[in-house]
Amino acid sequence: MIKRKLVVIGNGMVGHRFCEKLVEFGGTDKFEITVLGEEPRRAYDRVHLSEYFTDKSADSLYLCAPDWYRSNGIKLLLSEPAISIDTIKRKLITNLGTELEFDELIFATGSSPFVPPLEGLNKEGVFVYRTIEDLEQTLEYGKKIKKAAVLGGGLLGLEAAKALVDLGKETHVVEFAPRLMPRQLDEGGASILKAKIEEIGVEIHLNKQTEKVLGTSKIEGFEFKDGGSLKFDMLIVSAGIRPRDELARLAGIAVGERGGIIVDDGMGTNVYGIYALGEVALHRNFIYGLVAPGYEMADTLAFNLCSPGNKPKVYVGSDLSTKLKLIGVEVASFGDALGEKEHIPIVFKNPRSGVYKKLVISPDGKYLLGGILVGDAKAYGNLLSFYLNKIELPEEPETLIVGSVSSENLFGADSLPEEAKICSCNNVSKGDILSAIRDKECYDITSVKNCSKAGSGCGGCLPQVTSILKAELKLQGKVVTEYLCEHFKYSRKELFQVIKVKSLKSFPDVIKEIGRGNGCEVCKPAVASIIASIWNEPILKHREIQDTNDKYLANIQRGGTYSVVPRIPGGEITPDKLIAIGDVAKKYNLYCKITGGQRIDLLGARIDQLPLIWKDLIDSGFESGHAYGKAMRTVKSCVGSTWCRFGVQDSTSFAIKLEERYRGIRAPHKLKCGVSGCIRECAEARGKDFGIIATERGWNLYIGGNGGVNPKHALLFAEDLDEDTCIKYIDRYMMFYIRTADKLMRTSTWLEQLEGGIEYLKDVVINDRLGINSQLEEEMNSLVNTYLCEWKDVVDDPEKQKKFKHFINASDTDPNIKFIEERGQIRPADWVSDQLVKS
Amino acid sequence: MQTNIKNKILIGPITDFEAEGGVTAKVGEKQIAIFFFQSRNEWYACDNACPHTGDMVLSRGFLGDTNGDPKIVCPLHKRNFSLTSGECLSGEKYKINTYPVLVENGFVYLEI
Repeated sequence: MIKRKLVVIGNGMVGHRFCEKLVEFGGTDKFEITVLGEEPRRAYDRVHLSEYFTDKSADSLYLCAPDWYRSNGIKLLLSEPAISIDTIKRKLITNLGTELEFDELIFATGSSPFVPPLEGLNKEGVFVYRTIEDLEQTLEYGKKIKKAAVLGGGLLGLEAAKALVDLGKETHVVEFAPRLMPRQLDEGGASILKAKIEEIGVEIHLNKQTEKVLGTSKIEGFEFKDGGSLKFDMLIVSAGIRPRDELARLAGIAVGERGGIIVDDGMGTNVYGIYALGEVALHRNFIYGLVAPGYEMADTLAFNLCSPGNKPKVYVGSDLSTKLKLIGVEVASFGDALGEKEHIPIVFKNPRSGVYKKLVISPDGKYLLGGILVGDAKAYGNLLSFYLNKIELPEEPETLIVGSVSSENLFGADSLPEEAKICSCNNVSKGDILSAIRDKECYDITSVKNCSKAGSGCGGCLPQVTSILKAELKLQGKVVTEYLCEHFKYSRKELFQVIKVKSLKSFPDVIKEIGRGNGCEVCKPAVASIIASIWNEPILKHREIQDTNDKYLANIQRGGTYSVVPRIPGGEITPDKLIAIGDVAKKYNLYCKITGGQRIDLLGARIDQLPLIWKDLIDSGFESGHAYGKAMRTVKSCVGSTWCRFGVQDSTSFAIKLEERYRGIRAPHKLKCGVSGCIRECAEARGKDFGIIATERGWNLYIGGNGGVNPKHALLFAEDLDEDTCIKYIDRYMMFYIRTADKLMRTSTWLEQLEGGIEYLKDVVINDRLGINSQLEEEMNSLVNTYLCEWKDVVDDPEKQKKFKHFINASDTDPNIKFIEERGQIRPADWVSDQLVKS
Repeated sequence: MQTNIKNKILIGPITDFEAEGGVTAKVGEKQIAIFFFQSRNEWYACDNACPHTGDMVLSRGFLGDTNGDPKIVCPLHKRNFSLTSGECLSGEKYKINTYPVLVENGFVYLEI
């Protein structure tokens, strides 16, 4: 079959989604696809652009793997925009002079920031906020200045302001309208949002019409019509968007009076076979500046192009509902939020807690027409269901927004019809979610999300998605089990007990006795951890079930090299030992970085270097820091009463004592700990699995905190303890956690799910409610007494060292490992597509 | 898919290999991961590079099975690959090449 030639101009979020949809619908068999991107990078997530400020890396923003286009047979030309189009001869020319013929042409050119026609906005120090390049320039210029302003108090402008605050700049927002986010929020909601944003130090200037731009070559400020003025050294303009329709205009494709390529309900322009999507498309006289409508358009067009025999999909316009977190404040707005039609408003406002909720209800009180939530948007998913599916409201609709929204008064998604829309970000109906569960066998929330895309946008509908999943699994008679994996019909907690009672000591024994098959990446490390927690034998005795980090006693990094972290108990280190670490790093050319746990990470070690590095470290008095294990890692501390003028107890000594007691103990997940010498809490102990804070009379013990994905403060467990009692409680708490938690479950989640919560745990650990405390202590003592430095275990055993080489049949090292230099140290070369293995 | 005539290449004695795990063999410029799946008494070989990043790490991953089908799990991001078909079992279109392993008189050979 001769393939038709399809060209997509633009590789932004919508252009990329269109390609994904083409692939999904089998379009790669029908079309020879070429994508032209103007930017030097492949498609990335523009919505979360401000994260680039904090991360300073584009990697996490990319929407696909480097080789996604190539592996799907799509030609992607970057830094190569189209510059002219001949709609008669049906070909186009790029900036590099490439001539491309097309049968189908898709404009996904997006928009550019609108810069108001103010004289002087061409001065140095004026930026827009759209591409990674824009951000890079802003960041560079931002280094030199103190005071910055954003012109425009809409969604994007506030995002930009947040980025400026994160950079430590004095930040101002200048808005023409009398309130923030004038398109989404009413006066009440906007004033609450304003107060919240001002709390973090952004100054907001409303009702400001700029009269004059100050400064000669560089921008220095604004003069306003009302006579006032504002001085600043840098400006980000975020005053709306302009569709990128210039190319279409030149080619004679019809565009709207105020810009935008005019499209019909099938995304077609006035020229046959030429289409437009996303922010450049003018649909029913409306330009959508959000990504979700663009995705809907992409889906419609891709489907119609790939399935010409089917009834074509029709795009009738999008719902503008949105939920987002703005500068840490939840904001949601849906439907007729501003109450433009006849309606009854129901408003709840609490300026003290910074919460505003508004329902816009039909005059007969039966239906929800729209709403606004600021400060607390938990009710969003629920309200959206009422709105999208035109469900009759309860007698007292205010119950939907007053008080806390818990799962009980969440509205049951099982009573919804299949066509009910659940996720408005990705336009997913209840039926789509059900088919993901039924046809594609997605039995957990992650796979439902991946498969149906529901809940993968703002996440506001996840409670609904979860409830649909649970109801459907129940209907299918599938019990939601906590089985470890297909090889074991036990939860980790049950497995722990069985292995202990049956005295099973190796994986082959365990799987033969109580499992089936050959094991997998879930059960092998789980059993390895259980065996280590019960018997505490050297872990390399069970090498075949260790994850790569445990197998090589180091942390695997990009490129397949490893990092090495020696233990530095309590973060205390002598000058000689510091020098020794430096010597080792120099000798093996390792990259050095101070970790969050007050240690030093040495990165870039090849597998064959590991035993040599450890030997040198051990000779200098170091031991393994177990940074590679799901194990007790560090006890962070401050200097405490020995040095600090505020300290009330010797936190360093106590931290060292604790770290040496619990070092390397394996657990369901990693354990991190901390000890602070006074209430100022410099060791950040409340962000740890256990944290201890000194008081005048002893130590306060906190448990169940962590950083990471869901940061959680540890909860106060007991007060004013002496050292011995504190250790006793920690022994029992840790062992109880090790015995009963699920695989890869941190103490915070474990505590949340423990029936009876912290009060029950206190009853167990302090009052010995279960009568197991002597056992728990005995088990902990046995772990403490059988401690061994796992590195030394290898350094002393030539047989074990044999495993530390890259090739079995050659003494070469891995030629694929490549480093580049940055700031005087090595780092791995980037993952790029042409380095990928060729088949 | 190999269309060329295959060569039989000696890699080493069985005793050098890792039971229930993998090693990397250098075959010309290529890196091949070879697995001794002892619990099934089976041998497998595939590219050592994970097609996701190109890093030479697959030999260091977990061996396992999904419904009886033998698989290797990349140690970097836990993508699963079938050792029989080379298909990515984690729902992506990645694929690895697999190669026949011969074991004769205590020695392991690759056909490549």
